[in-house]
Amino acid sequence: MKNKMNECTNWVLERFPMSKLWNEHMAQYYAPKNFNFWYFFGSLALLVLVNQFVTGILLTMNYKPDAKLAFDSVEYIMRDVNWGWLIRYMHSTGASAFFIVIYLHMFRGMIYGSYKRPRELIWIFGMLLFVCLMAEAFMGYLLPWGQMSYWGAQVIISLFSAIPVIGDELSLWIRGDYVISDATLNRFFAFHVIAVPLALLILVFLHIIALHEVGSNNPDGIEIKESKDPWGHPVDGIPFHPYYTVKDIVGVGVFLIFFATVIFYMPELGGYFLEHANFIPADPLATPEHIAPLWYFTPFYAILRAIPDKFAGVIAMGGAIVVLFLLPWLDRCKVKSIRYRGGIFKKALLLFVISFIALGYLGMQPATPGYTMMARIFTAIYFGFFLLMPIYTHWEKTKPIPKRVTEEPDVEEQYAAIVEAFDEMTIKEPLKTSWGATAFPVTPNKSGIIHVTTRLLKKLKASLD
Amino acid sequence: MKKIIYTLLLLFPLSLLAAGNGVKLQSVDIDLDDFASIQRGAKHYVTYCLGCHSAKYMRYKRIAMDLEVDEAIMLAEIAPEGANIYDQMHTAMNARDSKKWFGVIPPDLSLIGRSRGGDWLYSYLKGFYVDNSKPLGVNNTVFKDVGMPNVLWKLQGTQEPVIESVHGQDVVTFLKLQNDGTLSAKEFDTMITELVNFLVYVGEPVQLKRLQMGKYVLFFLLMFTVIAYLLKKEYWKDVH
Repeated sequence: MKNKMNECTNWVLERFPMSKLWNEHMAQYYAPKNFNFWYFFGSLALLVLVNQFVTGILLTMNYKPDAKLAFDSVEYIMRDVNWGWLIRYMHSTGASAFFIVIYLHMFRGMIYGSYKRPRELIWIFGMLLFVCLMAEAFMGYLLPWGQMSYWGAQVIISLFSAIPVIGDELSLWIRGDYVISDATLNRFFAFHVIAVPLALLILVFLHIIALHEVGSNNPDGIEIKESKDPWGHPVDGIPFHPYYTVKDIVGVGVFLIFFATVIFYMPELGGYFLEHANFIPADPLATPEHIAPLWYFTPFYAILRAIPDKFAGVIAMGGAIVVLFLLPWLDRCKVKSIRYRGGIFKKALLLFVISFIALGYLGMQPATPGYTMMARIFTAIYFGFFLLMPIYTHWEKTKPIPKRVTEEPDVEEQYAAIVEAFDEMTIKEPLKTSWGATAFPVTPNKSGIIHVTTRLLKKLKASLD
Repeated sequence: MKKIIYTLLLLFPLSLLAAGNGVKLQSVDIDLDDFASIQRGAKHYVTYCLGCHSAKYMRYKRIAMDLEVDEAIMLAEIAPEGANIYDQMHTAMNARDSKKWFGVIPPDLSLIGRSRGGDWLYSYLKGFYVDNSKPLGVNNTVFKDVGMPNVLWKLQGTQEPVIESVHGQDVVTFLKLQNDGTLSAKEFDTMITELVNFLVYVGEPVQLKRLQMGKYVLFFLLMFTVIAYLLKKEYWKDVH
């Protein structure tokens, strides 16, 4: 029996490079051993992608892409299909989770310089993935055919008509009608369930192949391939499988705890993940008082609104994404990791993060003159971060980079320090309780808290230099 | 076309709150574990609302199952006469008539608990006041120029507005009971709470189940994470 099994395996292996592929990409793919927290989000993005595929396929089995039936079919899934509600919430929460994970994944790339030579193509593929993801999310949001689905799509597609000369014809061509209608719903369904997912799959493949060709970057931003042992393996590298597969499973566990908390306790997440107005069926004759993009589009939406001219606004919104593509060439600094980069870059990055979050917030608010002014300032900072980059990174005073990767204390090693800080911030005084036992009630210690906070702030300030 | 975009862009400001016209809402005490309250709410709904408003995504059988009511009792005491246990909560009024009488088709209320929220519904149902300038003789504090008559006036009695001038504008600050209804103010509040409780349940019937399941799922995931962490530590022992 065992012999037969072996024969079978050999038959396949002679015809298909299964073990070669496994070794190249898993068992003998050497990844730097110093990956930290930020390195979970790549594998988590893959997990969410699989989640969206599986739940999406199950949803299409009961969903009807028809303007008359779509809204009803979603409620049918929520109420009458066995476990339909769970599948639907996994898909809707997954959409927001995808953007959270991807934004953190991109931020990782920015702080550790993962977009720099020789990984420019990985960054480009990643950015294409991001653009596809936005298209996927936008078109998927039309499918429930609620008021927000309808009017959100109406607003965004009419943006195309701001393009001179061809604008009106173009938006008509995209919609397939003069307003969002059944024709639009059907084509968005086709794009959402097959065209864009296929593009996503191909790009994920390219993203990973390109990564495995040059090897992963790491928090120190040095190339582990430069110091190898006598067998030709990087000394600071460890095989992806089993080391990072087991590590990523821990990340998956923690992620799923958050994911399940949202699904089971707050699937709407206060209107951020599922908007209240989207529980009203689409009505082409009743424009809602407030039309809202979902949270993950609001930074770009705030940029669009900040520009007084419509067409210029559309250009700026597109430009906000185009500049991200150019990042590998805008950054003139040779040092990759933020750990060894100059203070000017750290401060610029901090400003960028603040402006991105602020724009995200402003995109959700009504466009009052005060808010619009703020959005303009933050838009200027957003673009300033990228467009001035060739200048300020040129002057950057970098620190010496190490030859080998450095060790970081892990959670357990930091535990003692955390306990110590906690002790410093609190007072424990033995107290005799009425029944004679000794209790140690913990009360906050004001001077201790101030001390720890100032120390933390000083450290933070020092780390910005 | 460009004008449309511009108007749409101006309309675009996002507010995550359901439109409340800046009126402060009263908060309602929703308790989905109180099946008796939801059942009474269902009864109120069938008696006072179903005449005009369907809840077409909801089946009588589902209510019976979720609230642990015997199907026979469900049909005898809650569902309207002649309804089948598998029926959805359809209204008997036809759309053409309602359009003629009210100018609009009364909306289906299956999801009103999700789109408006409990507090809004509670404030709305208690917010009717006499306004003789309106065709139906009533207006509402949270839904200005409402197209619905106050169907509960016999129970609640009629309310008259106390109008004060705030920043130069006349604002209804308070509603005063004009004539007593058949229910006391407290009884009426309880009834509205039950009705809103039912509407919030109908908005997402599965929330009863999902809240119950959550803790088991989280417990499993916690255990999974702990084991995964120990496994990781074991594997990583030899990495230096």
